[in-house]
Order: sequence, then structure tokens, then C-alpha cells
Amino acid sequence: MKLPVRLRLSPKWAPYVFISPFVALFLIFGVFPLAFSLYLAFQSWEPTSGMSAMKFVGLDNYIFALQDEWFWKSLKNTAWLALASGVPQHLVAIPLAYFIHSSFKQLRNGVIGAYFMPYITSTVAIAILFSSLFSTDFGMINVGLQALNQVPILNWLVPDEAIDWLNDPDRIKPAIAMLVFWRYVGFNVVLYLAALQTIPKDIYEAAAMDGAGRLQQFWFITLPSLKPMIFFGVTLSVIGGLQLFEEPFILTGGRGGSDQAGMTTAIYLYRMAFDFNDFGAASAMSWLLFILVALLTWLTNLAFRPRGPAA
Amino acid sequence: MWLRQRWISLARGCVPVLLATLVLPSVWARDKLTIAAFPAVDEIVRSAIGEWKKIHPEIDIQVVSRQFSDHHTAMTTALSTSFYLPDVMALEVGYVGRFAQGGGLEDLSRPPYNAGQYRTRYAPYAYAQATSRTGAVVALPTDIGPGTLLYRKDVLDKAGVSEADLIASWDGYVTAGVKIKATTGAYLMAHARDMKDILIRTGVKPGEGLYFDDQSNVLVTSPRFVRAFELARKVRQQKLDAKVSAWSNEWSEGFKRGSIATQMTGAWLAGHLNNWLAPSTKGLWRAAQLPEGAHAAYGGTFYAIARGAPDKHKLLAWEFIKLMTLNKNVQLAAFKSQDAFPALVDTYDDPFFEQPISFLGGETARVGWRDAVSKITAVGVHKQDAFADEVINTELDKVLDRGKDIATALADAQRLLARRAHR
Repeated sequence: MKLPVRLRLSPKWAPYVFISPFVALFLIFGVFPLAFSLYLAFQSWEPTSGMSAMKFVGLDNYIFALQDEWFWKSLKNTAWLALASGVPQHLVAIPLAYFIHSSFKQLRNGVIGAYFMPYITSTVAIAILFSSLFSTDFGMINVGLQALNQVPILNWLVPDEAIDWLNDPDRIKPAIAMLVFWRYVGFNVVLYLAALQTIPKDIYEAAAMDGAGRLQQFWFITLPSLKPMIFFGVTLSVIGGLQLFEEPFILTGGRGGSDQAGMTTAIYLYRMAFDFNDFGAASAMSWLLFILVALLTWLTNLAFRPRGPAA
Repeated sequence: MWLRQRWISLARGCVPVLLATLVLPSVWARDKLTIAAFPAVDEIVRSAIGEWKKIHPEIDIQVVSRQFSDHHTAMTTALSTSFYLPDVMALEVGYVGRFAQGGGLEDLSRPPYNAGQYRTRYAPYAYAQATSRTGAVVALPTDIGPGTLLYRKDVLDKAGVSEADLIASWDGYVTAGVKIKATTGAYLMAHARDMKDILIRTGVKPGEGLYFDDQSNVLVTSPRFVRAFELARKVRQQKLDAKVSAWSNEWSEGFKRGSIATQMTGAWLAGHLNNWLAPSTKGLWRAAQLPEGAHAAYGGTFYAIARGAPDKHKLLAWEFIKLMTLNKNVQLAAFKSQDAFPALVDTYDDPFFEQPISFLGGETARVGWRDAVSKITAVGVHKQDAFADEVINTELDKVLDRGKDIATALADAQRLLARRAHR
């Protein structure tokens, strides 16, 4: 059925009408919160008194944030977790993707699906599962470690007593890092598999004819060809690692754990706003975190930038 | 032409129908009062709808229920933006103190509410908890949690420890714990933190809050905190605590198995133990006053009206609050069905208080809790209390788990809190 001409969209307006839903949503959920948090970062605000209670305080919130011990503590926690969960992701994902790419034919998609599954599973379900896995007395991880403790040679590696994973400040970070590693390693495998498919087979054939083994092929062909994807993957890990929130939040019951050992900067600024009622300082901290993310992303870019005339 | 006339007549016919569809529902719609609450306050409100209908049959009650923390986050957001504010909001005592710092809640002591005239009808400390430093009454109490010491009689009997041994003094309580641990293997308490929590609440001087005084000076290096930390450390050193936090699986399991012998708590915990935490231990528990004559409040629920709530409903909202907090039948019904200890003093002569509680071995524990209410004093609230709570718990963990010196721990806490005191 054809619409009357009067009701038809004019070609002049049609593009704007079609992109308007995105623009409206982006303005409401993207631009407005950004602008509002920037505004808030310069205000002192008792939120329960309403919007009119805001008072301009200049850079006070930034000065407070930079002198706040807990802010620095949260930054150190974040950096620790980003490194401990991020670096192994790539160190495992690259050889794993290479192995899947070269060894699996029929089962390939099934194997990729299995590794990708944690990435698309709900964080809450994962955290509940890991909370019970990490349970001191009844958790599978401690049960497994105790079983290893019975093996004659391994027993000096495993502690005799059950580990209090989620309450001991020294254990909580490794527990969170394990969860984050497990969750995102599959995502990186998929990234690297996609990149591996773009490497022409004839390079490998030529290398094989020249007598290069699989390890040499991986080292001299695969790894250099993956460099752009490694840059992309590392950038995502840097950004994701510095914004880490859900996993530690749920594993530590929203508090950041004993001695705030699992409190990332994202959790701290959430708590500053909603638990400690200081929206101004929380906004200032979020902008400081943004500056740090931007800086580290730029440094990652520098590290992976092609160098020399041959590159 | 003919077609055009048909269109016009059709449009004429449609207009009244459209208008009726748009306008009439709002005319016919019954007026309603929105109450935002959390479990089990939502159930108490729903049960009171019958009583409300006797006064205002024309006004419906809509209960908006959320989980405890979601509810308070939603109320914080609603107050800050003045959007989606309910006519009446239920608030837990910790949030009453926090919200009282801002100007978002109606001062119920002013006209047209004049809550001051009802002051003597509420438990004195609960009314004081809802009164801000400037004298504004920002909410009214509906249920309270007088502190009590619940203990397992069977475990104490096995250890040869009497109730008097347990409550005579704090040192006696710890000594009894050593005996209980040695003979039965049961822990004295769930977590050494419980010891600190009650001791920092005892001996608070007038004009002082828990962590700050009324000039925002930090109080955490005072003898009150030193003693609390010392006794908590003693509990840990003697291995008398199960190192489990309240509301965890291990906590409820400890109650079920009798591996936790005592719990300092609000009177309401007896109801939770009976209903779902450890119903199989019925008859094995008893309730006593807290050791060394200490008195403290554990939780409590209040009703408040937001300043930005719809004006046309404010008087009705006030009537609703009066019904929930000043009506003897409503208060007693909540006590009987949800173990919500009444804030209304008028109820305290009801025979229900004298009735034996079968879960507590037929003890008339409510009488003891009623006596405790008059001895509890309200503690001043500071806007940094939530942060101070976190800092003190962190320092206590360091003392208990890592052997940090108490004086250094409290000095570190003092330094951190002093930076925030005036923010």
C-alpha cells in the first residue's frame, strides 16, 4: 500500500528522523550524565536536599580526591587487578587461539563457543557461582587444594589450612583476578582467531618449505601479524581493567572487602556517592579516572605504533 | 464532496468518544496514597489497609516495595531530583540520621503536623533519633529494636555457665566464653566486631555522637573505643569468635548447629530465628539484658514525608503516619505478625507483653525488652557516620588479623576521619 504524498517523509528530513532515536538515547544516557558529572565535580551537594542545594566549590573536590588516601589505595588495587588479570589474558589467549586455529577443524566452533561462554554469562550468576567456589569451608577450590595437599611432591606448594579467599586482604585480589581472567580470556581468543584468519596461508607454506617449525612460524609470522589486534585487545583490557566494577563489587558484597583490598576506583567512587553521600568528590574522582584511562590508552598506542621505515 | 462530508461527520462522532477515553478515567480514578517501603514493612502497611479504609474509604493505598538497599537508594535519588517521590516513605534508622542532615524531609514538628504533641507517646530514644540537631522532627518511629543478649541455654548448661555469669560484666562475659569454648567447643559470638559494636555505643556522653561530637571533633581515640578494641582483641586472641558476619550462610548455620552460643542483637532477631534462621532450635534459646547493664538500640523503622512530595496529599500522608505509629491496634498487629517491636508506648500495657515466648523456652522476654526501651539513649548522628563505620571496622580488622597496635590503629582512624569531618 502506498501512502499519500502528504504523509510521506521528505527526503530532506528522512535521514534526521531515522537517526533521531539513537541521537535522543545518546543525548539522554550518554551526553547528559557526562555533562552532569562534570558539573557536579565542581559542586558541594547534599543530595537529599534536592537540586537547589548545590554549592560551587571550584577545585575543592579534585584537591580532596588527590589528597585522599583511599582514592590512592583504590588506584593501586585497580592497577594490581588490571595487570594480574589483564596480562595473563593475552599471554594465554594468543597461543590458545593459534592452537585452536591450527589444530581444530570440525570442533572449532564448539571450542570457541565454550571459551566465549563466560563472556556472555550474567555477571551476577558468575559471582554467585564463584562466591560458593571460593567458600572457605565448603568451596570446591579449597577442596581441590586440600586434595593436592595429599600428593607427596605437591604438598609443599599448597597450604595446610583452608584459604579464606574472600575475607583475607592478601587473598581477595588473586580471587578477583582469577575470575576476571576466566571471564575475558575467551573474548580475547575470539579477537585473535579473527586476526589469524586474515594471515595468508602461503606465508606459512613458504616458511614450511624453508624449514621453519611450528614454533618458528608462530614467533616470526603469527605474532608480528597479530600486532594490530594485540594493540586493540590490550587497549580494551586497559580500559576495562581500569573501570573494573561488577566482579569485585559482587564478590565483596559491595563493600570492597577487608582492608578495602578488593575496592577498585570504580567501586570507591560509587560508594563515595551512594554510601557516603559525597556526589561532588565522587564525580571529581570519576574525571580523574577518565584522565588516567585516556593517558594509559595513549601510552598503549605509543607502544604499539609502527616504527621505522620498514614497518 | 460527498466523501468530505462523510469524513467530517465521522470526525464529529469520534471526537466525543476520544475525549471520553482521555478524560473520564482521570475523573473516575480513585485518589491514592503511595507508600514506599521495604520488607517486612511493606507487609505491615498492607495489613493496615483495612484500618485505613475505616477512616478514608475513598483513598486507596498503593505500596511500592523494593529490597532494603534498593529502596533507600531509590529514596536518595527521588529526594535529590524531586521526581517520583512517594507520599510516605519508610526509612531505616541509619538513613533517618543521614537524610536529617539535608533539608529534603518535612519537619513534622511544625504546623500543620505539630508532631510535638505526640512526643510522649513514642519511645523517648526513638523520637530523639528522628530529631535533627536543629530540632526538626524529620520522621516518626514505627518499630524499634531494643538490644538484648540471646543465648543457647543448652550450651551454657553443658558448660556450667549461668545467665548471671554471662551478664555481670564484660570481662565476665569473656571469661564465660572461655569456659564455653573449652567444654563445648562452641564460639561465644559470631564475630569479635559485635563486641566492638556494642561497646562503642555504651557510655556515649550527652552531645556526643558515635564517632563525632556536635562540633564535628573526632572521638575515636577516646577510652570508649580503646576498651571496645581491647575486648574485641581479647575475644579473638582467646579464639572465642566464629569469624562469621551477620546474615551469612555460616552465621545461620552456626545458630542451627549450636556452634555460636550467644548473639547481641535487637529483640527482633528472636522472631527471625524462629521463623527462618534456625526454627529447629526452638526452646533452646533464652534472652537476657546486655552485659554490665549496657543498653543499645539495634535498628528501627520510621515514616517520613518528603518536602517535595505532592502537596495535595501531605495531610493525608500525615494521617497515614499517625495511623501506623499512633494506633494501638495497628502497632500490636505488626508486633504479633512481624515481630516489629512497637515504638508506641501506649501498647506497653498490653497483655501480649506478658505472654511466654515458646521459642525462648516459655520466657516472658518481651517484658525485659520493654524495660530496656526506657533506658536506651539516642546517639547523635553525623553525616560521615557511614564512612567512620567503614574506617573503624577496617582498623579493627587490622588489629584482629594482623596484630596492629590499638593506639596506632585508632590514631590512623582519627587522622582519616579528621579530614572528612567538615566536608
